[in-house]
Amino acid sequence: MNEMLSTLLPLLVVGPLFLGAFSAALRRSQRIRHGISLITLLAMLAASILLVVATADGTVLAHQVGLWEAGVAIPFVVDTLSALMLAFVAVLALASVLFAMATHEARARFYHPFVLILMAGVAGAVMTGDIFNLFVFIEVMLLPSYGLMAMMGAKLGADSARIFVTVNLLASTLLLAGVGLVYATAGTVNLAELQGAAAEDPAIAIAGAVVLTAISIKAAVVPVHGWLTRTYPMTSPAVTALFSGIHTKIAIYAIYRIYAMLFDGDQRFLWVGLTVAAVTMVVGSLGAVGENSTRSILVFHMISHVGYIMIGVGLFTTLGLTAAIFYLLHGMIVKASLFLSTGALEETYGTARLDRLGGMLKREPLVAVIFMVAALSLVGMPPFSGFVAKFSLIGATFEAEQWIIGGVAVIVSLISMVAMLKIWTSVFMGPEPEGLERRALTYQQAIHGKRYLRVEAQAEQPTLQVGPPTTGTAAVISGERHARVTPKLIVPAALLAVVTLGLGLGAEVLMQLAEQAAQGLMDPSDYVKAVIG
Amino acid sequence: MSVALMVGILTAASVYLFMQRGMVRIVLGFVLISHAANLLLFSAGDVAFRGMPFSHVDDPAQRADPLPQAFVLTAIVIAFAISMFMVTLAITTTTDDDTEAAPTAPAKLAAVAHL
Repeated sequence: MNEMLSTLLPLLVVGPLFLGAFSAALRRSQRIRHGISLITLLAMLAASILLVVATADGTVLAHQVGLWEAGVAIPFVVDTLSALMLAFVAVLALASVLFAMATHEARARFYHPFVLILMAGVAGAVMTGDIFNLFVFIEVMLLPSYGLMAMMGAKLGADSARIFVTVNLLASTLLLAGVGLVYATAGTVNLAELQGAAAEDPAIAIAGAVVLTAISIKAAVVPVHGWLTRTYPMTSPAVTALFSGIHTKIAIYAIYRIYAMLFDGDQRFLWVGLTVAAVTMVVGSLGAVGENSTRSILVFHMISHVGYIMIGVGLFTTLGLTAAIFYLLHGMIVKASLFLSTGALEETYGTARLDRLGGMLKREPLVAVIFMVAALSLVGMPPFSGFVAKFSLIGATFEAEQWIIGGVAVIVSLISMVAMLKIWTSVFMGPEPEGLERRALTYQQAIHGKRYLRVEAQAEQPTLQVGPPTTGTAAVISGERHARVTPKLIVPAALLAVVTLGLGLGAEVLMQLAEQAAQGLMDPSDYVKAVIG
Repeated sequence: MSVALMVGILTAASVYLFMQRGMVRIVLGFVLISHAANLLLFSAGDVAFRGMPFSHVDDPAQRADPLPQAFVLTAIVIAFAISMFMVTLAITTTTDDDTEAAPTAPAKLAAVAHL
C-alpha cells in the first residue's frame, strides 16, 4: 500500500501541470475550464487527505524520481507535515477559485491554467527532498503568480507586480547562491544526506544561513516585509486570498524543514529565530492598526501571523513545533476566510476603504457573521481554532521558559484585536456612508459594464441596462437600490469559517497530527531512512 | 580567485543598478546578479577541474563536475523567463519605466477613485 502510494507521489505535480497546460489550450470552453480546475483541486485534496491518513502514524513515504539510486535522484518525500500542508493548501485554493468564479475573474483565459500550475509548484516544493529542486519548484510557483498578479491590468496592479517580481527574483537569486554555497561546502544538495551538516561545520552553517535568509525574504519576516504589504493589497481579493496561504506559508514550511534537517535544530542559533519572531509579531500588528483599508489591515496582519509561526522554529521543542504547526494550518484557513469575506464586500461596493464603508451589519448580516467568526478565531477566542493555536503556542513559550517572547505574543494578541475591532466598527457598525449605493452601482458598471452591455445587446430587444443580469448584484443604471453581496460570493468565506469552527471544536485530531509532524522535525531519522535507506 | 573577483564585481554592479531609477536599469541589474549566481554555482563544482564532464576518453580525475553545470543550465532559463516578464512590465505599465511613484491604496479603490 505505502509502496504504491509513494510511487504515485509525482502525480501530484504532473497531474495539475498537465491539466493546467491542457486547459490553457482550450479556447472557448469556459465551463470545461472551470470543471477541470475544480476537479483537479478536489482530486488534490482527496489525495492529500489520503496521504495524511497514510502518514498519520509517522510513516514517511519517499520516491526516487526516475528510480535512480538514492542520493542521485531527486527524492519526493511526504511525511505528516507535508501531507497536512498539501491538504490545507488544497482547501484554500478551492475556496479562492470558487470566489474567483463568483467574481467572474476566473473567466480570464489563463486564470485556471495559472492556478493549476501554481498548485503543481506548491506540491513540488512541499514534497521535494532536494534544495536545488526546491528552488526550481518555488520558481514554478512564482511564475504563474506573477501572471495572476499582473492580470489585474490596472496601472496600480501592474506597479505592484513590478515590486513583487523584483523582490522575489532577488530572493530567488540569493536562494540559488545559497544552494551553490551548500553544494560547494557539503558536496550535496540532498536534504537527507545533509542531515546535521550545518551543526558540525561552520562553513556549511553559513551557506545554510544564506539559504534561510533568502527564504525569510519570501516569508516576509520583519526586516524584509515591506514588499508584501505593498503588493498583496493591490491585486484582486481572490488572488490575495490565494497567495495569503501559499507563498509565505510554503516559505515558512521550507524554513522549518531546512532548520530541522540541515541544522538538526541546533540550539546555538535559536535566539535569532526568537528575536526575528518577536520583532515580526510586533511590527506586523502595529502596522495593521495603522492602515486604513480592510485588505491592507489584513495583509499587515499576515506579517504578525508569520511572526507567531516563527516562534515554533525559534523554540524548537516538540510542544513549540506542535503549536506552531497547528497555528500555521489554522492561520491559512482563517486569513483566507477574512480576505474572502471582506473581499466580497469589496467586489460588491467597489472599495475597501474603512471610511467609505459602514452599516454592513444591517445590510449584509451574513457577511458580518462570517467576518466575526474568522476575526474572533484570528484573535484567539474560544471556541474557534485560533484559541487552541494561541493557547498552546503561548503555553509552549512558557514551558521553554522564554518569558519575554510569551509576553510579547500575549500583548500582540491584544493589538490584533484592536485592528480587527477597527474593521468591525467602521465597516459593520455605524451609519451607512453617503453615496454608498451610487458608488457601488457605478463600480459595478465600470468593472462589468462592457461585458454585460454586450450580453444585453445580443438579446432580442437590446436595452441599455448595465450590470450582472443574473442574481443579487444586479445593478440597473436607472433602477433604485440593488447593490447586494451575492450568495456565490459569500459561500467560499463561509466554508472556511465553518472549517475554523470545526478545527476549534475538534482540535484534538489536528493537534495529534501536528504533534506527529513536530516529532518528524525533532527527530528526522525516519525521514533520512526513508530517503537514503 | 578570478571567479571570486568576478562574482564580487558583478554583484556590486547589480546592487548599484538596483538602486537606480528606471525599471530597465533594475532589469539589467538582475541580469548581472544572475550571472554572478551562475558563476558562483560553477565555482561550487571546483573550477580546478577543466576537462569535459561527459567524455569517455578523459581521466575522471580531470573532468569538471556535471551537476553544477546542470544547475546553471536550469537557473539560466528561469532567470531568462523572469527577465523577459520584467522587461514586459517595464514597457506596458506606464508611459515610461520610472519606478519612483509609490502606490499605497488597493487597486479596486483606485479604479473608483474618481467617484
